[in-house]
Amino acid sequence: MTTTVRTRMRLSTASQRLRNLSRPQLPTSVIAGRSLLYAILIVLALIYIAPFLVQVATSFKTDVEAATNPISLLPQTWSTSAYERLFLNSDFPIWFQNSAIVTVFVTLGRVFFNSLAGYALARLHFRGRNVIFALLIAVMSVPGVVLLIPKFLVINQLGIYDTYVAMIVPLLTDAAGVFIMKNFFESIPASVEEQARIDGAGNFRVFWSIVLPMARPALVTIIILSFQGSWNELSHFIVATQSPELTTLTKGVASLASGQLSQGTQYPLKLAAAAIMTIPVAVMFFIFQKRIMNTTDGAVKE
Amino acid sequence: MSMPARTPHRSGIRGGEAASGWLFTAPMIILLGMFLVIPVLMALWVSFSDWNGRGSPFSGSVAFVGLDNYSALVGGGGLAEQDFGTALRNNAWYVLLVVPIQTTLSLFLAVLVNRQILRGRGFFRTAFYFPSVTSSVAITVLWLFLFSASGAVNKLLSFIGVNGPNWFNDPSGVLHNIFEALGVETGPAVLTGNSFLGISFWEWLAGPSVAMSAFILMAVFTTSGTFMLLFIAALQNLSGDVVEAAIMDGANGWQRFWQVTLPQLRPTLFTVLTLGLIGAWQVFDQIYTGTQGGPGKTTLTPAYLSYQAAFTNQAWGQGAAIAFILFVIIVVFTLFQRWLLAERTVSARRMRLYLKTPTSGGFK
Repeated sequence: MTTTVRTRMRLSTASQRLRNLSRPQLPTSVIAGRSLLYAILIVLALIYIAPFLVQVATSFKTDVEAATNPISLLPQTWSTSAYERLFLNSDFPIWFQNSAIVTVFVTLGRVFFNSLAGYALARLHFRGRNVIFALLIAVMSVPGVVLLIPKFLVINQLGIYDTYVAMIVPLLTDAAGVFIMKNFFESIPASVEEQARIDGAGNFRVFWSIVLPMARPALVTIIILSFQGSWNELSHFIVATQSPELTTLTKGVASLASGQLSQGTQYPLKLAAAAIMTIPVAVMFFIFQKRIMNTTDGAVKE
Repeated sequence: MSMPARTPHRSGIRGGEAASGWLFTAPMIILLGMFLVIPVLMALWVSFSDWNGRGSPFSGSVAFVGLDNYSALVGGGGLAEQDFGTALRNNAWYVLLVVPIQTTLSLFLAVLVNRQILRGRGFFRTAFYFPSVTSSVAITVLWLFLFSASGAVNKLLSFIGVNGPNWFNDPSGVLHNIFEALGVETGPAVLTGNSFLGISFWEWLAGPSVAMSAFILMAVFTTSGTFMLLFIAALQNLSGDVVEAAIMDGANGWQRFWQVTLPQLRPTLFTVLTLGLIGAWQVFDQIYTGTQGGPGKTTLTPAYLSYQAAFTNQAWGQGAAIAFILFVIIVVFTLFQRWLLAERTVSARRMRLYLKTPTSGGFK
């Protein structure tokens, strides 16, 4: 009974909606409500976007104009001197290169090691598996900022301080990523592996050629998270390196911000640097936009 | 753990699982053990030692000093205690403001964007989420410009006749400023005369400084998009039936939100609050990039203080001690959240999975 009533109700609201769409005049209250909704959203969207527009515009201004006219979106005199200085007359290209190197290795490492460990924890039966998983959960709950001094201690003790090894190796796997992959592998029916096993494939073969190709959505999640995480990472590089040749974008731009490279405010220069370092993650974001928007919750539950 | 019961030794097609299992997890165990578990243990030792950064912390010249580093922070009466108290105060105000504001705003955005009739939903979602993908360093650089004395924000304020403050150089507490505007220049003796962690109660009540307020706005700006996505996912998972029933019962939009939608969002709400709390206690990148604790130490946070004590002042024991106290604070807050969750009979495991299905389990 109730179901039919409800269905009918739903049908009637749906048809009403349809009628509303096709009919030119809506009730005034609906129009007012909708206009208000759009007005609020547009104002909010402007607040969220405007800072980035101001940033790009200011990066093309002269220092003087950036100070006198901080808000206009069109420079009175276009100047690319900030970009010229960054690329031709500073360490910026080195920073960019270092960030790129670290990001590529960390992303590749995480894709491989996270899925390998996630597969073992989800599918292989071995003594100690539950203990490993419990430890993984414990490790996940350690706040990153607390690790600043500890990481430096071990990097120093191992004698790898101020090397690419110190920058890359500690980031090659992450507990949250293993967790995501484990959850994903658990959602794949075990039967897909059976045939390969009967054919005599070993555990690694099954993992590499049967299960991993099926894990594409989860791997994309790992790629997004690792790329963004390592490109935007700052604190690890602060404690792992000190030499200028190993400075990453985050560390370099942070030093720009605190004025170590420049006299005066030099906002166009700093904003240009910040804008360029945003481009790769922005591109990544727009490529995988659909995926990010659908599964952020998401990222963990596959 | 969807697999059937397991036996320690299997033969046939599932052979060699134990070896493979350990082999497959070995890289993770080694990496996490080496760069997470062992470092934490080393730092724990350092927090009980007088290591000054030279040589190995395990060499014979480094002495065990017991709880000295900790007691200097929470009862030493010196500069260390005062700095630590200041950092805790700054960060506590930050948490107190950031967490509720970002949670409310992200929920508000999610509800607005989730309207079925809305055109351009994708655009609005992108606009609100975009700040979340940028790095904290890049955003801080942008913020330093927007909130500079002659920056965009003050320019906007001047259009409506407000003389904006010199944001990142203004150490005055917001609450103190409000008290002052009301004619209260100094606090009552009972507040100024007594202190906790080296700073007077009146100073605890200063509120976030104007500089810290700019960081608070920045945190809201950059995190509301992420949490908005969590809320959108939860909203899309709600069954329409309950809402329709409420419509039939004559509930208006406002009542439906508060009495039908919000209770169903509770698990997500707790997730957002917990993640927000954990994140808001870890303010580091912004301070390192932007203000280095200034002006007047009003943007000092425990995380930055820990870094500064160790790497700048070579007081490694103290730096490590601060980190562990911060760790305890974060764990206590997380456990408190878990406890609240348990009250609502939603399991901790569920919470950990950030599950979005609110109707099964908890609320029937």
